[in-house]
Amino acid sequence: MSDPIIRMTNIEKHFGSVIALAGVTVDFYPGECHCLLGDNGAGKSTFIKTMSGVHKPTAGTIEFEGKEMNFADPRDAITAGIATVYQDLAMIPLMSVSRNFFMGNEPQKKIAGMSFFDHEHANDVTMTEMKKMGINLRGPDQAVGTLSGGERQTVAIARAVHFGAKVLILDEPTSALGVRQTANVLATVDRVRKQGISVVFITHNVRHAMAVGDRFTVLNRGKTYGTASRGEITPEALQDLMAGGEELATLEGSLGGTV
Amino acid sequence: MSDATNSDERIKQTSRFRQALIRPELGGIVGTIAVFTFFLLFAFDSGMFNSQGVMNWSVVSAQFMIIAVGACLLMIAGEFDLSVGSMIGFAGMMIAIFGITLGWPMWMAIIMTFIICTAFGALNGYIVVRTGLPSFIVTLATLFILRGFTIFIPQTLERKTIIGGIREAAEGDWLAPVFGAKIFKGFFQWMGDVGIMNVFTRGNLEGQPVVSGIPMLIVWALALVVFGHILLTRTRFGNWIFASGGDAQAARYTGVPVDRVKILMFMFTAFCATVFAVCQVMEFGSAGADRGLLKEFEAIIAVVIGGALLTGGYGSVIGAALGALIFGVVQQGLFFANVESSLFRVFLGVILLAAVILNTYIRRMITGER
Repeated sequence: MSDPIIRMTNIEKHFGSVIALAGVTVDFYPGECHCLLGDNGAGKSTFIKTMSGVHKPTAGTIEFEGKEMNFADPRDAITAGIATVYQDLAMIPLMSVSRNFFMGNEPQKKIAGMSFFDHEHANDVTMTEMKKMGINLRGPDQAVGTLSGGERQTVAIARAVHFGAKVLILDEPTSALGVRQTANVLATVDRVRKQGISVVFITHNVRHAMAVGDRFTVLNRGKTYGTASRGEITPEALQDLMAGGEELATLEGSLGGTV
Repeated sequence: MSDATNSDERIKQTSRFRQALIRPELGGIVGTIAVFTFFLLFAFDSGMFNSQGVMNWSVVSAQFMIIAVGACLLMIAGEFDLSVGSMIGFAGMMIAIFGITLGWPMWMAIIMTFIICTAFGALNGYIVVRTGLPSFIVTLATLFILRGFTIFIPQTLERKTIIGGIREAAEGDWLAPVFGAKIFKGFFQWMGDVGIMNVFTRGNLEGQPVVSGIPMLIVWALALVVFGHILLTRTRFGNWIFASGGDAQAARYTGVPVDRVKILMFMFTAFCATVFAVCQVMEFGSAGADRGLLKEFEAIIAVVIGGALLTGGYGSVIGAALGALIFGVVQQGLFFANVESSLFRVFLGVILLAAVILNTYIRRMITGER
């Protein structure tokens, strides 16, 4: 593999007396889907917020494309090419897909010296990008509110990719979705990865992680248990790592291995 | 991934006709047609549709339009301004104080008033975005503060609450006609001369047409509607207005300068209120401390009839303009039709309710919510 696009070394994050991250080291490569797994409170959210410039690490270094970076705020990270698709998506249901797609990045054209929103260009791009992602819109003026959860997720991903994301962080994109919508989103992740983008996929669902992940990092209580590549680890082992070992093993016995 | 994920067989095909109907302005269009049909049937002979009558309700509608455009863009950006009415009274009084009491040239008084009033709009906006308080409360406070000053200042300086003599003071001024003059006077005189339009047959206006020209008030109203519509639908800033009102947090995530958008919209609302005030002062020749009472609600009603969503993020300037037209035609039409004027409020309430119900339905169609 080539050089990592992001390398996070010994990241620590303290909130007052609470140690949310106690020295996490992970690296991410272009064109791979790296799954971050962990139970609630494991530090997944804190970790990706540190990556996307929302939090500043208390200690540790972030290297982006070989250079050490200090993101002052999320805008810096976005400009550098780190895009985050949060669970609440930053989509406005009342607005059309095309208006949402270009929100904050509206294409303009000049008419008589004045700048106007280039709706034709915006609509064309939106339709093409959506088709690439396998979503057939009724039209670019269809409101986002009429899309399903999975489709909205896909629009948000397509938007991030179109505006030049090199690293795409997905915060539990499948947690609220049904079976088919989940399959759609996972297919989208696969498509994005093949374009050479580094995908960071946060989930606590081992099956979703196994479906698309190239490498897996398990966080537990602010620490990593290390990173495993695809084929090196079984879903059962991942599940146990996430739960912190034995407790789930006993639970699983009584549930007949269905968790 | 099969084709099944690409097209959903459960979505019914909607006809083009139906799609063309589903737009925020539909309520306003239906209402306008209904109102005109009603008055054409029941008040055609009342003089409502001769040249004087048309000018009468056009002017009233144009007044509503001017403040509705500002209120509409602000509401789409997710905020309210309840201080519009007080701002109208305040702006009129400022012109009188500067132009009459202090004796400034009228153009200076007008420009100064615009600066002060848009600054108050900016202050409204700044307080709202800084404190995160509902604009409803912040501008309610401004409503009282401005109205208080509007009464206090002339009482202290002039010992009265109505200041006259503005028309005389504006004589020969270069800026005042932009708000107070009438255009196409020659054309209307010609129409009177050749008999297309009635002329006065008695008195000192003998031989002049009954309608002497288009007041600048109407020109301002149409210009503001066109400006507002283009700004909202055809520019990047318009997209930011929708985004700020639709979901401010989501808009911030994608880099929309939400605070700036909101403050600018408060300033624009104040600007519209000032335009209204200057036109009114130039027409009446005086400024009164009670001018503009309840105008904020009339503006909001026009905007809501026009299809805007009270919670922001959705609406249309054309719709708001139609709402203002309905408002003006009904108010003046009932007068022409000799209907007891108190019934205007009943009529207004019914129209408002019907419009809101229709608009809620349309919005559900568009957004697919249930």
